[in-house]
Amino acid sequence: MTSDSDGNQVPRLELHGITKIYPSVIANEDVSLSVKRGEIHAVLGENGAGKSTLMKMIYGVTRPDAGEMKWEGEVVHVENPAHARSLGIGMVFQHFSLFETLNVVENVALGLPGNPDLNQLAEQITEVSNRYGLPVDPERLVHALSVGERQRVEIVRCLLQNPKLLIMDEPTSVLTPQAVRKLFDTLRQLADEGCSILYISHKLDEIQELCHVATVLRDGKVTGDCIPSEETPKSMASLMIGKELPVPEHNAPVELGEARLQLKRLSKKSDDPFGTELQDIELEVRSGEILGIAGVSGNGQQELLYALSGEEPVDDAESIVICGKPSGRDNPHQRRISGLGFVPEERLGRGAVPRMSLTENALLTAHHAGMLKNGMIQFDKIADFARKCIDGYNVKCGGEEHAANSLSGGNLQKFIMGREILLTPKMLVVAQPTWGVDVGAAAFIRQELIDLRNEGTAILVISEELEELFEISDRIAVIANGRLSPVKNLADTNIDEIGVWMSGMWDQESAAEVTSHA
Amino acid sequence: MESSILTSILFATIVAGTPLIIVALGQLVAEKSGVLNLGAEGMMSMGAIAGFAITFETGSVWLGVLGGMAAGALMSYLFAVVVLTLMGNQVATGLALSILGVGLSAFIGKSYESEILPTIEAIRIPLLADIPIIGEPLFAQQSLVYFSWALFGAIVWFLYRSRPGLVLRAVGESPSSAHSIGYPVIRIRYLATIFGGAMAGIGGAFLSVFYTPLWVEGMVAGRGWIAIALVVFATWRPFRVLVGAYLFGGVMVAQLFVQGSGLEINIPSQFLSSLPYLATIIVLVIISRDQNTVRLNAPVSLGQPYRPDA
Repeated sequence: MTSDSDGNQVPRLELHGITKIYPSVIANEDVSLSVKRGEIHAVLGENGAGKSTLMKMIYGVTRPDAGEMKWEGEVVHVENPAHARSLGIGMVFQHFSLFETLNVVENVALGLPGNPDLNQLAEQITEVSNRYGLPVDPERLVHALSVGERQRVEIVRCLLQNPKLLIMDEPTSVLTPQAVRKLFDTLRQLADEGCSILYISHKLDEIQELCHVATVLRDGKVTGDCIPSEETPKSMASLMIGKELPVPEHNAPVELGEARLQLKRLSKKSDDPFGTELQDIELEVRSGEILGIAGVSGNGQQELLYALSGEEPVDDAESIVICGKPSGRDNPHQRRISGLGFVPEERLGRGAVPRMSLTENALLTAHHAGMLKNGMIQFDKIADFARKCIDGYNVKCGGEEHAANSLSGGNLQKFIMGREILLTPKMLVVAQPTWGVDVGAAAFIRQELIDLRNEGTAILVISEELEELFEISDRIAVIANGRLSPVKNLADTNIDEIGVWMSGMWDQESAAEVTSHA
Repeated sequence: MESSILTSILFATIVAGTPLIIVALGQLVAEKSGVLNLGAEGMMSMGAIAGFAITFETGSVWLGVLGGMAAGALMSYLFAVVVLTLMGNQVATGLALSILGVGLSAFIGKSYESEILPTIEAIRIPLLADIPIIGEPLFAQQSLVYFSWALFGAIVWFLYRSRPGLVLRAVGESPSSAHSIGYPVIRIRYLATIFGGAMAGIGGAFLSVFYTPLWVEGMVAGRGWIAIALVVFATWRPFRVLVGAYLFGGVMVAQLFVQGSGLEINIPSQFLSSLPYLATIIVLVIISRDQNTVRLNAPVSLGQPYRPDA
């Protein structure tokens, strides 16, 4: 990075005393920061610290109640996102702003000014996505894309506008380590070309590796600025959460019990023309262990999760055995009665009903746990249960009567995890347990999973975050192209090997092993 | 002889399907933006009486059609204020609008009940209208029939080829995403809703000025409801709306033909009269069974109020 002219250079973006007050909470209070040209500037903070609100104000989605924003030295009032884009501000949203029934080109076109020719735009998309290692097919419909692929679309959409300031809200949460490398190269390249980047993340090691400067927010206020390369992840974490970061304790595996989930040659064709076909998946998860499944998004995770939860039953009942009961054809309710707990990737919509209160959401999966009497709902019991989830899992919310969509992503995830764990399932299937959750909460959730395993629950974790899987799993496998790799003990493998397997290349390796042994 | 019967059946089918096409395409645009207006029956009724009364008083058919359009647009504006600005419930407001329109039109129309308008001449397109069998039905129709085809073409182009159409679909799909990229969701929904109302008004005026040039209370006879059902069962695709509307028109004409032919059949005439409604719904239910088509074409936010956060 060039730093020669930093002294007399007008900052690209300056915020002074930005304040935003919502009826129940102060989202930002007297926030000031300054971003130079070509600078990668991290904004660090826990869920609910006000990072997203601050970014939305810069991008013109909402307006501040007080304070001043300067763009290249001039005071501006950003009226709306179109205005922000005309200034040269681009944003990749944490909750994607994509339209499911439109295809990729149409989605991108909606974020561009004027009336771009769609064929030409498709070529541009392919070009940009190849150049930055973000492969997307312009003709595909967004509803058929995985979370990771959707994020690529968002990023490509921003890059097409040649922004002067790029706001990235947790861009790496669903990328593979290799893709993160590539993205970082892209971002550095952009910064070298003079583009400033506001980078929101909870991943301290990433911030350390990538960002020049960091501003830390806590409870809507700036608690400090630092140069990440001069800090340790630990020191930044304590700035962010105001105390030391807990590290999950992972004891040696407790005694393994009976098999709680067995997949026997599980195969399923996808109804979706763009879906992945599951092929001959063999797996066994036993009481007292955590089995992790790694993989790049869009390689059959969705299909596997739907088959496991029972949302899309399979024809062969014997191919999914839950706690000894052939359950392939069972619906989700029957599987829950067999002892299955399930935490889906999408918290709003699948894990919880957005407009319903937390109490009502608690009832959704807990209704067979003594919440009903003669078919009538026992409201006091559910409310108690919901309060237990909230208190036991540090869910920050206005109370159990508040709607699920009023919670931040991390807090809702804590609530859903709490709900499932309190039901003490024999078998728990969790997808992306800590996606978009801040470090403090993520450590907490991981610890809860480990504690649950120590109590004898069998746990299957499907995640795209390798570090997480290596932190909590006892055994690990990889899903690629709808096929499952051999399962390895965590001690017998490493991140590099699993990373290679993520591109589906375990056959060659095992074949090579066989020949070398022969 | 045979071919002349076929020609007249085809001719009548197209005429009978025309008001449905106009109304349903208008509703399709409104629904694609996420607004469910169940008031089509009321807006058509108001369009019918306004069209009739203005044509009768001024003698100008075109002022009548414009008047019908304005009446429908005004009704839908009323609806839009309640559901988009005041965040009223769309279903309840739409039902109320239907009741209001049917009742109000009957009240306004009291003094026109025995009046009749002159029949409007068809527009013959030279040469093409002389093609045997299909020439008359396709090329010797009244102006609003041609208008319905133009409308179909324009709406297909608008929704699937133009940028404003893309924005409209995006708003119906996810208003919050559209808002966060910076589109004025509420304004777009207003425009789409008012367009839907204007088309319902023209559809109503077609009934009272062109189709049967007289005013009778309740003359819309459930066509507004059929139009709404058409849009849903056509899975929000314009071409299927067209097919459904002509199917309805065809069965309507066929049953009238059977009733009027003096054939000795023991089917109650009420049953025959219900056939067009029944047949249209059954056929459309069958073609809309494919869940994927529904998922890809249904506006996800249909009927849900949206309030942008400040």
